[in-house]
Amino acid sequence: MPVTRGFVGRKRGHEGRLPPGQYDTGSGWPVLTAEATPRIDPERWSLTIDGLVERPTTWSWDEIHQLPESTYFGDIHCVTTWSKFDVAFRGVSVDELLAAAGPSPEAAYLMAHSSTGYTTNLPLSDVVDGKAWVVWEYAGQPLPRQHGGPVRLLVPHLYFWKSAKWVSRLELMAHDRPGFWEQNGYHDRGDPWLEQRYQGD
Amino acid sequence: MGAIEDVRALETAWTTGLIIEKELPTPGLVRLRMHVEDRHRHRPGQHYLIRLRAPDDYTAQRSYSISSDDDDPLVEFLVERLPDGEVSQFLADIAEVGDVLEMRGPIGRWFTWDTTTPALCLVGGTGVVPAVAMTRTARRLHRPELLRVVAVGRSPDELPYADELARAGATLAWTRTETGDRPPGPPTADEVGPLLDGVELAFVCGSARFAAYAESLLLDCGIEPGAIRVERFGPTG
Repeated sequence: MPVTRGFVGRKRGHEGRLPPGQYDTGSGWPVLTAEATPRIDPERWSLTIDGLVERPTTWSWDEIHQLPESTYFGDIHCVTTWSKFDVAFRGVSVDELLAAAGPSPEAAYLMAHSSTGYTTNLPLSDVVDGKAWVVWEYAGQPLPRQHGGPVRLLVPHLYFWKSAKWVSRLELMAHDRPGFWEQNGYHDRGDPWLEQRYQGD
Repeated sequence: MGAIEDVRALETAWTTGLIIEKELPTPGLVRLRMHVEDRHRHRPGQHYLIRLRAPDDYTAQRSYSISSDDDDPLVEFLVERLPDGEVSQFLADIAEVGDVLEMRGPIGRWFTWDTTTPALCLVGGTGVVPAVAMTRTARRLHRPELLRVVAVGRSPDELPYADELARAGATLAWTRTETGDRPPGPPTADEVGPLLDGVELAFVCGSARFAAYAESLLLDCGIEPGAIRVERFGPTG
């Protein structure tokens, strides 16, 4: 898009990085979950992609670590209005996983399932082209259990409830279907810059 | 599943809009009428995002309610120039006719009027904007009786679209101005109550403070909480 004639914008600071209605939580990282924090042994952990794919695929902890690693460095935004700047997660791009499983042409949505039974729905377009990861490292350390370790989904351009903790299954679907919070009034997409917090936003 | 169809139909992409008309009805308000490329139809109550882009690719965007009817060849916005408002000050002070802005819309499916449900709008300040769109649409459809509007402003000079709303039969209430037999103040249950006969849906739009007042007033008048749709706004970022 072209530059807007005459627009300079305010001094670059946190203002431009904070989506509407958000505040900078600084070094904090609040923990908000609906379920008890599970204990998951990495040796028994696995991730499956199924549903509308040509090759339903399951990776063990060791197998997923054989895939090309990818880092996200940037900001995250929680619907409860905190944002956290300059976080680094390491894992594998969802693009790698989808390339292995081969989405069917009619696949348009994804349901992320956690081992706790938590679910969250996403348009497939929000998890492709380098926009989503499955991560096991935070700030160079193993992802803490309370933050979804050993492995969580990371979709940092959407509110963080979409980044399902303790992810265990990615199900590709032709039609959208609300996940846990989405059934409970949260927005189906959850773009923080559009402040899509709740259904109807 | 109609809801899914609705979501799909409302997926929007960034496009551009050309400023065709610009007017400052008061020093604190700017009215823009724009030609939007690849425009989609809109329902009254929906909004657009307007995005500004600096030479270093820094962007700022805000959402603005549409005041025009879908049938209008241009899309109209009425924007309040907020103190320290990064986007609103640009629109008021710098933007000119002929400028091109990035736009995305229409957005929103909750705070929209379906054009068939008898409804009341209780709106304050620049919160009148979606009510103006609803009024214009009702007039085009020759169904003005479906929509009742109570618009609240500090004074007649400060309320955008006051004349148009008055001509359309809206009830106007001034919080700082005495008019005839009405003392200054927000609308009361005695004023709003009689307008609610047959109303199935209420739209509240205004500042957080106005919205809180309006919601409790409607509840006092016997409107069910589920029949009240609210859009609050205020400065962001």
